[in-house]
Amino acid sequence: MSNLSEKVQAVFQEPGCAKNRAKSEKERKKGCTKQLQPGAAAGGCAFDGAKIALQPITDVVHLVHGPIACEGNSWDNRGSKSSDSHLYRMGFTTDIQEMDVVYGGEKRLFRAIQEAIDRYDPPAVFVYQTCVPALIGDDIDAVCQAARKQFGRPIVPVQSPGFAGSKNLGNKLAGEALLDHVIGTEEPAYTTPCDVNIVGEYNLAGELWQVKPLLDHLGIRILACISGNAKYHEIASCHRAKATMLVCSKAMINIARKMEERYGIPFFEGSFYGISDMSDALRNMARLLVGRGAPEELLSQTELLIRREEQRAWEKLKVYQKRLAGKRVLLITGGVKSWSVVSALQEVGMEIVGTSVKKSTDEDKERIKKLMGDEAHMIEEMTPREIYRMLKEARADIMLSGGRSQFVALKAMMPWLDINQERHHAYAGYEGMVALVAEIDRALHNPVWQEVRLPAPWQEG
Amino acid sequence: MAEVINSRKACSVSPLKMSQPIGGALALMGVHGCMPVLHGSQGCTAFGLVLFVRHFREMIPLQTTAMNEVTTILGGMENIEQALLNIAQRAKPQIVGICSTGLTETKGDDIVGYLKLIRQRRPELAELPVVYVSTPDFKGAFQDGWAKTVAQIVEELVEPGAARIDDQINLLAGSHLSPGDLEEIRQIVESFGLRPILLPDLSGSLDGHIPEDFTPTTLGGTRLEEIRRMGASRATIALGEQMRGAALALEMKTGVPHLLVDRLMGLRSVDRFLHLLAELSGRPVPQVYRRQRSQLVDAMLDGHFFFGGVKVAIGAEPDLLQNVGHWLAELGCELKAAVSTTESIVFADLPVERVCIGDLEDLEQEALGCQLLLTHSHGRQMAARLQIPFYRIGIPIFDRLGAAHQVLVGYRGSRSFLFEVANRLIAAREEEEGAHWPGRGPHEEAARACQCQEEDQRTG
Repeated sequence: MSNLSEKVQAVFQEPGCAKNRAKSEKERKKGCTKQLQPGAAAGGCAFDGAKIALQPITDVVHLVHGPIACEGNSWDNRGSKSSDSHLYRMGFTTDIQEMDVVYGGEKRLFRAIQEAIDRYDPPAVFVYQTCVPALIGDDIDAVCQAARKQFGRPIVPVQSPGFAGSKNLGNKLAGEALLDHVIGTEEPAYTTPCDVNIVGEYNLAGELWQVKPLLDHLGIRILACISGNAKYHEIASCHRAKATMLVCSKAMINIARKMEERYGIPFFEGSFYGISDMSDALRNMARLLVGRGAPEELLSQTELLIRREEQRAWEKLKVYQKRLAGKRVLLITGGVKSWSVVSALQEVGMEIVGTSVKKSTDEDKERIKKLMGDEAHMIEEMTPREIYRMLKEARADIMLSGGRSQFVALKAMMPWLDINQERHHAYAGYEGMVALVAEIDRALHNPVWQEVRLPAPWQEG
Repeated sequence: MAEVINSRKACSVSPLKMSQPIGGALALMGVHGCMPVLHGSQGCTAFGLVLFVRHFREMIPLQTTAMNEVTTILGGMENIEQALLNIAQRAKPQIVGICSTGLTETKGDDIVGYLKLIRQRRPELAELPVVYVSTPDFKGAFQDGWAKTVAQIVEELVEPGAARIDDQINLLAGSHLSPGDLEEIRQIVESFGLRPILLPDLSGSLDGHIPEDFTPTTLGGTRLEEIRRMGASRATIALGEQMRGAALALEMKTGVPHLLVDRLMGLRSVDRFLHLLAELSGRPVPQVYRRQRSQLVDAMLDGHFFFGGVKVAIGAEPDLLQNVGHWLAELGCELKAAVSTTESIVFADLPVERVCIGDLEDLEQEALGCQLLLTHSHGRQMAARLQIPFYRIGIPIFDRLGAAHQVLVGYRGSRSFLFEVANRLIAAREEEEGAHWPGRGPHEEAARACQCQEEDQRTG
């Protein structure tokens, strides 16, 4: 456990995090997350966060050490895509039983690692620690070390018992596991002056593939994406990149910052959502690369590409601008999407009546202020009942959120669109922006809304 | 007949099993005005929530005591107290259900004691009915959690009835019955002039209706006063072997005699059920079911061509496996592979060589050579690898619509199941035949498929 608390402290002290810098020494010790309210909490645990962050690594076995709940209730539920191995879509768990709780589950874990290697021969095994084995004192670090010796391949312990904290903390603990055991352990076959890492992108619905052709066109190679469509070897050798792009506001800040510290790789924060953000991301990437010795003409090439792509996207968006101008959007998401999607929708003339900032950092909030002019539209916390009322009173035309809150909108007979991890449409890049707007258009203008709102002929009033 | 084998692996791959606490939580969602709570880390609740949201496509009321490292070590009494206060104040439930998890069971929280103390300390909670169930994740499976919880609801809330109400019947529903199934069963029972009380009643709460207003608790389901009244019923029918315990508990407490109806799929089983209802009510079987019965017989005659000798692999919780397995066997299928999640006596007479308590990897190994797969949505990867027709049963079904309304029971449900499965077998056969016709253009291909169907219609 000491190991875990050290890790958690390290994450809390993360200097790259603006939130942390603003805190006093004492506040920092308390940790990043607000103490959760029993009976009024929502969202995942540290294990959930760690698993989400690493699961998209496609070719390794993700072995969850714990009772059936952690993996059995949750596996195979995210739309992260792979161009190669599908091993990551299988669920692996030690499914510990009462006897393991009494006698300790370390032997079972070791045997499970052996079985997984025998049957699936992965380049590495990631072992996730969960609440119950952490409580009874199973030392997964020791088991992983022994297994590594025995089987001659990397066995990576991820210290992520759920009770350690929130989903966001889990993201960071996953990052720590990569920094401690994976990054820098192998060498790439070759390097180019235009190698980049993308951190905090999960290739949901294949979004990375909407961006990759643009980078290919510029001759920029993605050395590793952490962790969308990634292979173990790519992440192990990603310390040779020339620049890092940090997507997703803060989930993996520790990876980006520590790689800068250890290997001198500069990083910038950016987003693939929205036309101007996409262009900024390309510009920043080119700028950092040129700063590290890439050819100067990369800058002008990038500008050319941006001009061409923006023109093409606006061309396509014109059709929708008339149809969507002035439509009011309620945005219930968090973190990076609380502002990146805002700017994207404003670009096509939609009005944002509110955006939730529950999971947003101070920087996120600053960006929102800049985009929307004031704080009036920031929603700190909104109960489903309040959202329902807001939609019922038609103070918004469409709600964008994660899957769990969709029914608030649907039961209020209001259009809704999924912009979180379970969606089936890719919204990244220029093309993705057009896709997002097309989806909003399709949702808003479906005649079904008139149909479902019809009262039954025998209804009074 | 069937030998039961426990998978001896240390590494479970592609789990079929889900955990006890969320089985318990789902049972609580069949009670009106209820807020189910999992006593554990907040992830336990988040995972359960996402799972049910994707299956039912509905709002799911489920809360957490949000245990962290420190509270786990010191015991979760304050968290439970806080959770109850918060829920009582915000959601105003009529009843709260608490299921423990592996974490708090490992620590050994004495929740019964906690609740006593909390009620003493907090007069505002003194009147709030709270049902607590011990459901550690590291034992049993989803179905066990459900069964335990229903038994606990009966123990806590049912009151011994003073006078018998002659036409009132208790129906204890197992976790293998969908809201659609329960609707069908209720209609059948009511057609005999009986007044059923269903517990838990997911058909009231998770059937996908549009509510008038928004509530954070369950909306619809068995009402508290109905549960209390169950002690005055004439009889209890346990629907599914897993409900035997709850039915016995009810009998011990109130003297209401119980009967077990473990199967509701297939001609024989539905016949038995209707005959039982006729005896209970003293009324003949209504005309509508006599007609449905002959429709089912006809469907069996039409369908048997496609089922005879077909090798089947099923992965399901025990009671669902029993229902589906027997019905397919009665239609002429050969059960070749059967995998389940937890021990049960229903395996004993299942027409299969062995039942493995294991995961989908075990099922995939056993299923080599099978022509049909039935399991929940997680079987989709395996079905793709085996390239055999796949019919989704159980929970979760997250990649198809209408899971809550899938009706498998009664004459009608058995008939629609028969047609849907037969149609998948027919489609697979067509595809296979199409694959063996080299050098044909797509148009000829389509024309041939039409011909095939016409032939089928003529012969079928």
